[in-house]
This record gives sequence, C-alpha cells and structure tokens, in this order.
Amino acid sequence: MTGNGAAGGASGEGANAGRANGDGVPGPLVAVVDYGAGNLVSIDQALTTVGARVALVRSADDLAVTAADALVVPGVGAARPAMERLTDAGLVEPISRWIAAGRPYLGVCLGLQLLFEGSDEDRAVTLGVLAGRTAKLDGAPTLPHIGWNQVERRRPHPLFAGIAPAADFYFVHSYAGSLDANDSEAALADTTHGRSFVSAIAVDQLFGVQFHPERSGTDGLRLLANFVGIVRSPDGSSRSAARAADDVRAGVRA
Amino acid sequence: MLRRRVIPCLDVANGRVVKGTRFVDLVDEGDPPELAARYAAEGADELVFLDISAAPEGRGTLLEIVERTARRAFIPLTVGGGVRSVDEMRDVLRAGADKVSLNTAAVADPALIARCAARFGRQAVVVAIDARRTVDGRWEVLVRGGRDSTGLDAVGWAAGAVDLGAGELLVTSIDRDGTQAGFDTDLLRAISGAVDVPVIASGGAAGPADFVAAVVDGGADAVLAASIFHRGIHTIAEVKAAMAAAGLAVRLGSVAA
Repeated sequence: MTGNGAAGGASGEGANAGRANGDGVPGPLVAVVDYGAGNLVSIDQALTTVGARVALVRSADDLAVTAADALVVPGVGAARPAMERLTDAGLVEPISRWIAAGRPYLGVCLGLQLLFEGSDEDRAVTLGVLAGRTAKLDGAPTLPHIGWNQVERRRPHPLFAGIAPAADFYFVHSYAGSLDANDSEAALADTTHGRSFVSAIAVDQLFGVQFHPERSGTDGLRLLANFVGIVRSPDGSSRSAARAADDVRAGVRA
Repeated sequence: MLRRRVIPCLDVANGRVVKGTRFVDLVDEGDPPELAARYAAEGADELVFLDISAAPEGRGTLLEIVERTARRAFIPLTVGGGVRSVDEMRDVLRAGADKVSLNTAAVADPALIARCAARFGRQAVVVAIDARRTVDGRWEVLVRGGRDSTGLDAVGWAAGAVDLGAGELLVTSIDRDGTQAGFDTDLLRAISGAVDVPVIASGGAAGPADFVAAVVDGGADAVLAASIFHRGIHTIAEVKAAMAAAGLAVRLGSVAA
C-alpha cells in the first residue's frame, strides 16, 4: 500500500485520484478507514475502477478534512482488536455519528460485523447500530468459511442491480451477524455454510456485506459500482456508475 | 453452497514467472500481474504466488508485483515463499495479498503461526506443508523447498498448525509434484480428516479427473495446479466442467458474464 493518509499517497492524490467516470465528472469521494495492517489495495483499486475517488482515513481529523461522500469500513479478523484500533484512532465516535446522520456507509466483512451490538468471538462491544450479535458459524463443515458462495437475495435492491439472484461472492470469515427479529427487515441477502446467515444488509444509506466485493470479480465490481451510484444519486438510478461497471466488464472480457 | 476452488499457482522469481507458460507468446514473457489477470478472466477462483527468489533483493520486487496484481485481478491472492516474521507478513498483506502462506519458517518456529493469526486473523494465515511418503506408510514434512527432512509427521504437524492458528492448509505431495501422476489422495484424506479448516490439494495434477479425485477421494476444498494450466494442457473451464459433471459445486458462468 502506497497511500499515506487522507490527503497524500497513491490513494489520496496519486495515480488514481481524481479519475473521472464515464461522464467526465469526478466520482464521489469515498473515505476508506485504514485501522489495521490488512490489504487495502484491493478495495482502493476496486472503488477507483468503478469511478470513485478514494481517500484513506486513519484518524478523526482525516475524516473531518476529507469531506467524503461515503464511508467504507473494510477489515478482516476479530472484532476486539479492530474496535481497539478504531478507539485508539479516535474513529468510533465519528463513525457512529456518520451512521446516525444517515450518511452512506458500506461495511465489508468485519465492517458489517462491527454494526452489530457485540461479538461472541471475544466479547467485544461493537457499534450497536443493528440489533443482534456476531456468532460463530456453528455446524459448518469447514471453518474459516473460505471461498465463493451463493448470495441469495430476499428482495430486489439497487445494490444488487444487474447481478444474478444467487450470484457467487468471495467469503473469508468464521463469524457472522444474526439480526434480532425487530431488525430483521435490514436483511437483504442470506448465505448458507453450515447454517444460514445474513450476508448483506441495507437500511436506507447503510449497507453491509459479509463477503468481499473487491475480491469477487465482475459481480463484486458491479456491486461497488451500484454503491457508488447510490451515493451519487440516492434513488440508485445513476447512469454513470452503471456505465463505469460496464466499462469494467468490457475490459475484463477484452 | 460453498464452491470447490480451482487455483492456478505462479512460481515467481525476481518479478517474473519462472515456469514456462502458454501465454508467453501473448504477453510480456511471464509478467505475473498480466498472467494473473488472464487466469482471473478465465475463471480462476483464487491465485497463489510462490516467491522462489534466491536473493533477498527479490523481496522488494515481489511486493511491487503483488500490488500490481492486486490492482489487476479482482480475485483473492495468496503469497508464499520466504516469509519469516509478522512484519514480513504485514508487508505482503499491505501490498495487496489477502493471505500469506508460511512453510519453512513455521516449522522452525511454530509460534510464528500464532503470532501471525493473532495479528491478522487466522483467515489470513495459510500453512503450506510439503510432505513425502515414508516406508512405514506415513508422510514426513520436508522444508526448504523439499530439500530438508524434518522427521515431523505431516498429519500431526497439520493438526498442530491448525491448533496454533492456521486458517487453511496448502498440502503438497513432494512425491507427486511435477509428475502428473495425480494427487496423493491418501495424504489429502489423512489431513482433511484430521482438521476442520479448508485443505488445498497440490502436487501431481495431470487432468480434470485428478481435480475431481482430490475433492471426492481426498476431501480437499480447493485444488491447485501450475504446469497443466501454464502449458495449456487444460483450461480452468475444462477442469470446472469435469468437477461439475461429477456433482461438485463450482463457480461457473461469471467468466462470460
């Protein structure tokens, strides 16, 4: 990773920054939270490919100065060390306020799990945006759940526009969130490994996916393009993001 | 249903793919990101890079090609070869790898597995096991690219590595590697039956039927091969078609989407 923060490095102002989408206007600015040592190259590249501008944020100050249009929280691993790193960076409160204000949020893998109240893995207390807890995938034939699996939608949604109803996405995790009954309308899709679990949620501008769209080929790029499109125009009807996704698919085929 | 994965493996030295590939005439004589993107477009479920650079200066080049690959191929990437510390693993992950495989260093210092799993999560830690059959019908772990014996029992080491924090095992039969004699399904069965993490079969693939056997007889969750793909003997699509015909769940269709 060559990016070095909100305003510097390859992700902020480097080769990818300011790339225009198919309409020649700059894409929305997406703040990607960097709170660990994991792979951020993939999410940076995938978002850039579908027309977003990406800024890495490592502190509350970074987030304040980016004037971002959307927030993406990636991440893999356990909840407790992640919450500790977010706390150390002073990012727990800004992220919570961001979500409470109804601004666009996409949690990927751990970034979805952190939306629940807590994790059974290490008793971590997490953001508590969604009623429910993160629990181990009991009964699974293998753990971690690693590989491509079907994401079966409960209802149509712009986030999955142009994607087949049970398309395969890439998963890498051992725990997954379970929504309490009073928040069950948040569930957008389910996946089965041992037991069924919620693999995508959507509530207004709040989105979360247990899989890794940045590692899920053309369907993953399509989903990110849809997210970028929703950010651009809240009714999800953006032509430019969809066109960017089509460009990507053409490029992959070529 | 979770799909069985088909994984092309690229041996990389000083920034180049060192085994001949069928793409040689098409692109830049084995530029790893170029080949990775090609395999991704052909339906590879994941990619493995094994760094076989002899010199330490190869490492900087490796990180650069990992990043270029991560920016070209939107499928998961595992990188192995010579990673000896938490800091080295961090560097490879930050360059764009999703998982790192540990081999010789993990045998020398098993606690490295636990340290890496604690830092990055067990899902990022692959332990690669190179195993050779012994005269008494078991398997011994070899290290340093199959050059050195360890006396370790491969099945016991597999279980121990998982207890320490390995999230996945890459099991290579040294007896079969490069022979195109088929996977050692007895070895795979012994290990997959002893652990609950995914097992990647490696070493010996000659044709699509071998991939089916690795899963059906060996209990593998994923199957890795190098030369049959590089040399164009079989395509990923052919392998997946055979697996699907055998009733195995594989990811199809998104290639042409």
